[in-house]
Amino acid sequence: MTILDGLKLSFSVLRTNKIRSFLTSLGIIIGIAAVIIIMSVGAGAQSLIINQLNSVGTNLVGVLPGASDEEGPPASVFGIVVTTLKYEDAVAIKKQVDNVVAVSSYNSGVGTINYQNNSVDINFSGVMSDYLGVEDTEVYLGRFFTEEEDRGSAREVVLGYQVYQDLFGSDNPLGKRVKIKKESFEVIGVMKERGTAGFQNQDDLVLMPVSTAQKIMLGLDYVNYIRVKINNTENIDRATEDIKFLLRDRHDIRIDGTDDFSVRNTKDAIDTLLTVTNALKFFLAAIAGISLIVGGVGVMNIMLAAVSERVREVGLRKAVGARRFHIMIQFVLETMAITLIGGIIGVVLGFLVAAIVAATANYLGYKWDFVISFTSIILGTGVAAVIGLVFGLYPAQKAAKLDPIEALRYE
Amino acid sequence: MPENIIQVKDLKKDYVNEEVVTKVLYGLNFEIGAGEFLAIMGPSGSGKSTLMHILGFLDTPTSGQYIFKGRDVSNFDDDKLAKIRNEEVGFVFQTFNLLPKTTVYENVKLPLLYSNLGDHDNKVKEAIKSVGLLHRINNLSNQLSGGERQRVAIARALVTSPSVIFADEPTGNLDTKSGQAVMGILEELNNTGHTIILVTHEQYTAQHAIRIIKIIDGHIVSDEKVINRKSSLNGDNFLK
Repeated sequence: MTILDGLKLSFSVLRTNKIRSFLTSLGIIIGIAAVIIIMSVGAGAQSLIINQLNSVGTNLVGVLPGASDEEGPPASVFGIVVTTLKYEDAVAIKKQVDNVVAVSSYNSGVGTINYQNNSVDINFSGVMSDYLGVEDTEVYLGRFFTEEEDRGSAREVVLGYQVYQDLFGSDNPLGKRVKIKKESFEVIGVMKERGTAGFQNQDDLVLMPVSTAQKIMLGLDYVNYIRVKINNTENIDRATEDIKFLLRDRHDIRIDGTDDFSVRNTKDAIDTLLTVTNALKFFLAAIAGISLIVGGVGVMNIMLAAVSERVREVGLRKAVGARRFHIMIQFVLETMAITLIGGIIGVVLGFLVAAIVAATANYLGYKWDFVISFTSIILGTGVAAVIGLVFGLYPAQKAAKLDPIEALRYE
Repeated sequence: MPENIIQVKDLKKDYVNEEVVTKVLYGLNFEIGAGEFLAIMGPSGSGKSTLMHILGFLDTPTSGQYIFKGRDVSNFDDDKLAKIRNEEVGFVFQTFNLLPKTTVYENVKLPLLYSNLGDHDNKVKEAIKSVGLLHRINNLSNQLSGGERQRVAIARALVTSPSVIFADEPTGNLDTKSGQAVMGILEELNNTGHTIILVTHEQYTAQHAIRIIKIIDGHIVSDEKVINRKSSLNGDNFLK
């Protein structure tokens, strides 16, 4: 008996029991589809997060106040306000660290902006004149602040595009005076439309010089964080080390002392996120994998029933010369055919559902990649075949061991 | 007497069941020549089926020797027995034992699946032709009458050109006319040189054979040539 004979035989048996074969493989179909969907949707969600991070810029290094080891969260997460990071640190980084293109410190606050009878709730940020370089953006109308205005507490603001639309409509905003928290500012520019980046809507921001935000609006002398733009991705690690070295020196931290700041770059952040989300993805896939075992047990159960239904057939085959090996092969192939077909259907089903999820996400405006790896397809069908092999062995062995005389007499 | 194909020496068979030993065959001795048409007769429980199972390599004796074509096969293991069954013998059962929902062609082809013989297609068609069922070749087994089913079973037994054909109550489930036809085919096969061993409890079926061994309670009580041989071929049978 060749494998081809065995396969022909398996498929003819499956054809004669179409509904049963389908129901038997349903457990495998669902299990494989679930694994494929979880892997694909997981990868899609990862792409969404990473696209968001990349939209902030890949050449960015962030300096956060407060010590933390590389993997842990910064101190601010625990509600501890660390006040050691200053505007002057940002200036020093710009001047003294190699490969730095642009630096800006950030101070954030919330408030309501008023123009005539219009008012809008906004986020405002105190930033430096390098902001455009750091964020890789430009002004739509007017101009941005200068380096002198950074320090001079100028009462000037640059509006986010949405804020401009809401307050002024089609009017020219330049030179007009607006009020935030009862303080009066002159509008000197409007940012171009940017959408969402780094999980923050950039268009409802109002930007003002760092000294204005600190002294007039917030009454503090430290910054929330600093962003540094590096000229080339390859120089990020070196620049990160240089910034650490500089800040240790500036903050008088000895060699064995603990830093009162932490330096992160986008690459590290992406790596950390990938580690976490991969763990989650594989954990979920493992849970879906359990359903495959349940499916396999179902297949085994049906095959055991099939063996006892076909005792006479086995007896006859043995009487005309089939050896144990032949009977084993026949039933194992039959089980594998069921699970393999189930696996293929499952892969197709999983592929379709994942594609629909991706299409829906894209339709809703998320930057969601449809990721389905060749590996997961091969793995899916491979796992299905292995399940057939594993759960087919016992019933096949039972059939192969039948005594031909007993089997032929079996009613 | 032609050359011996089967030699049985002091063949014994016991069944052991929960420490109760049931003796079935008590030291049988006989020989069967190539081209013989032998009937093994006996009532139910006489041990004739057990003897056929041993002779047909479906079972092994507890003691004694079974020499087939000069080889002692008494202690063959399962796989060796399967191989020799495939190559040397064909079975015709009382209940036909065809694969359901399977064509005549596929049923006849079955033993070839487990053999090394080539040219399946011709062998299958020839075997089907020899039982006169070529017109039914693509019919499913369950679309056939009882007589036709048994003829398919005979074709299946023939397809590997075996040395011996075993027929276990081949007419038991058939009406008289179909039974006649089946016995006619067996006679014809014997006339063309096939060795046939028929197991039956019916005297008139056994009368088709050339020689009859009668078994009662595991002992051979007689072993003689048939004097008044019936034939389904020349019209000289009990129906006329």
